[in-house]
Amino acid sequence: MAQKSMRDAINDALHLEMARDPRVIVLGEDVSGGAGGTSGEREASGGIFGITKGLLPKFGADRVIDTPISESAIIGAAAGAALAGLRPVAELMFADFVGVSLDQIFNQMAKFRYMFGGKTTCPAVVRLAMGAGMNMGAQHSQTIYPMLASVPGLKVVIPSNAYDAKGLMLTALRDDDPVMFFEHKALYPRKGEVPDGDYTIPFGQAALVREGEHVTVVALARMVAFAEKAVDAVAKDGITCDLIDPRTVSPLDADTILESVENTGRLVVVDESPPRCSIAADIAAIVASRGFRSLRAPIQIVTAPHTPVPFARELERAYVPSPGRIEQAIRQVFKE
Amino acid sequence: MSLSETELLNAYRRMKTIREFEERLHVEIQTGEIPGFTHLYAGQEAVAVGICTDLTDEDYIVSTHRGHGHCIAKGCDVPGMMKEIYGRQDGLCHGKGGSMHIADVERGMLGANAIVGGGPPLAVGAAIACRNRRNGRVSVAFGGDGSCNQGTVFEALNLAVVLKVPAIFVFENNGYSEHTGVDYAVGSHDIAARAAAFGMPAEHCDGSDFFSVHAAMARALAHCRAGGGPYAIEAHTTRFYGHFEGDPQLYRAKDEVRRQRETMDCLKRFRAVAGEHGIALAALDAIDADVLKEIDAAVSAAKAAPPPAESALLTDVYVSY
Repeated sequence: MAQKSMRDAINDALHLEMARDPRVIVLGEDVSGGAGGTSGEREASGGIFGITKGLLPKFGADRVIDTPISESAIIGAAAGAALAGLRPVAELMFADFVGVSLDQIFNQMAKFRYMFGGKTTCPAVVRLAMGAGMNMGAQHSQTIYPMLASVPGLKVVIPSNAYDAKGLMLTALRDDDPVMFFEHKALYPRKGEVPDGDYTIPFGQAALVREGEHVTVVALARMVAFAEKAVDAVAKDGITCDLIDPRTVSPLDADTILESVENTGRLVVVDESPPRCSIAADIAAIVASRGFRSLRAPIQIVTAPHTPVPFARELERAYVPSPGRIEQAIRQVFKE
Repeated sequence: MSLSETELLNAYRRMKTIREFEERLHVEIQTGEIPGFTHLYAGQEAVAVGICTDLTDEDYIVSTHRGHGHCIAKGCDVPGMMKEIYGRQDGLCHGKGGSMHIADVERGMLGANAIVGGGPPLAVGAAIACRNRRNGRVSVAFGGDGSCNQGTVFEALNLAVVLKVPAIFVFENNGYSEHTGVDYAVGSHDIAARAAAFGMPAEHCDGSDFFSVHAAMARALAHCRAGGGPYAIEAHTTRFYGHFEGDPQLYRAKDEVRRQRETMDCLKRFRAVAGEHGIALAALDAIDADVLKEIDAAVSAAKAAPPPAESALLTDVYVSY
């Protein structure tokens, strides 16, 4: 099987689905780039992370639409186009820009189907590049998915690797509900085995990344690889873990987590977001309320602190949960 | 584009239907039977009908919190709307939308919208669909004078020009952004000029005169269908009631509405020129009588209709989850 980066895996999915379904369009800032530039290079960027590269030459400017820097209009146009029968993919260059387009996400696309009595669908995908690790500072580094996971009507997808990213993106593109697709910037170059062809991964189905018997570890996005390191480190001392990657947080595969905790009695949840009202807190609450009798130790959550994402390398490193902190939490919960 | 006698009678019927729908709601709201928050369109009927008369079910409109008129003008089912406003199970949105969220996609009505300025970006998206289908259809964004001060509207105006899509922005200037006068809230005092500054043709029209609105819309449609990109219309109109039902309107001069009902009533003005268009007043009288009966029946049916079952609370959040 071919080794591909997560960047190329998502790009693959977009190419496949645009070729298969003429209703799919892509819009956002610099999704091709170069419009109105002086070099004459019409596809000057293919998205600043290169995710939409090659789409413009293949599918044309009707379907690959460079927009002004107008996030509300980008998301709103995607929502309106979806109501009118297209299947748009809107790009928010940085997930942080949810702030300037939030109304169109949570008051508009999320609510159409319910408000209109089930008579509409809004099959829009919003791609959001997220995450700390590149010293981009407080307004370009957040993992803002907990906010959107709290909104009924939205689906929230958070891939942790290239294979899942392609399969989940193909599912998102064929889904009839609005999907928020969070892509961790630090994972874009990470390679994995990715088939060339078409395959989908269903939403609401967690992946069991490691199997064990002593501790259940749940992690998302970049934290999955960090948790793998921690899990492998404690395995040397005979502590074995289930490592669960939910892959989508709305819907959330709570059953897989609860079943695992039933076996292990111990839970560590790892999340790059700050702790309050986070996915970590949500999963901890679900297990505490529905799986209390399985628990043999207090749940540990490993998250970023309740601060904005800092800039300096040393501070940002301290902000992001590390494999070491995850390892500590596993040992702690195992000891109790 | 001149309209046939049948088309003119249909236009009058829709304006009259909107008027009676709203006048009757104004009365019924005081009984306490209608839940929530209602914004009446009475006084602005010529705008909705003048804009929608030449549209088909394949053309899109996006509406506002004051949306009953747009719905009726676009052909939404009137008894279904009344039931929706009463929060009934077989209302147009099964009682889950209410007055501010009526939609009917089969009629190209992409929803009333309770967020001021929320609609124009959606209309641009629907206009992208029209452009890509190359079928000559257009997408209309209704908005009030209040909406013209929202950033989303600026973004939508510019994006429509940049993408050269067939979007028509209709600004219904009824003189008030909620309780604040338009001369205070719109710094430039000229919404059409503001739209024109984004790079599209824009014009003013008399929003109390069906023929003035319809003529402006005919120019907008011709421009859009020729591939010219977006167009804007500022229709000067008034509302005969408050921002919402229950608004004491302390910001309006005491006899303002009374005077406007004499001089700016689109139904009276239509009647005044009906003869010039070959329409007999008797035909309009017959429509008036018909419409009263239809609204009566719609209200009775809505009052008698069952509310949604509690199980509906959990349905239609998602297509699948």
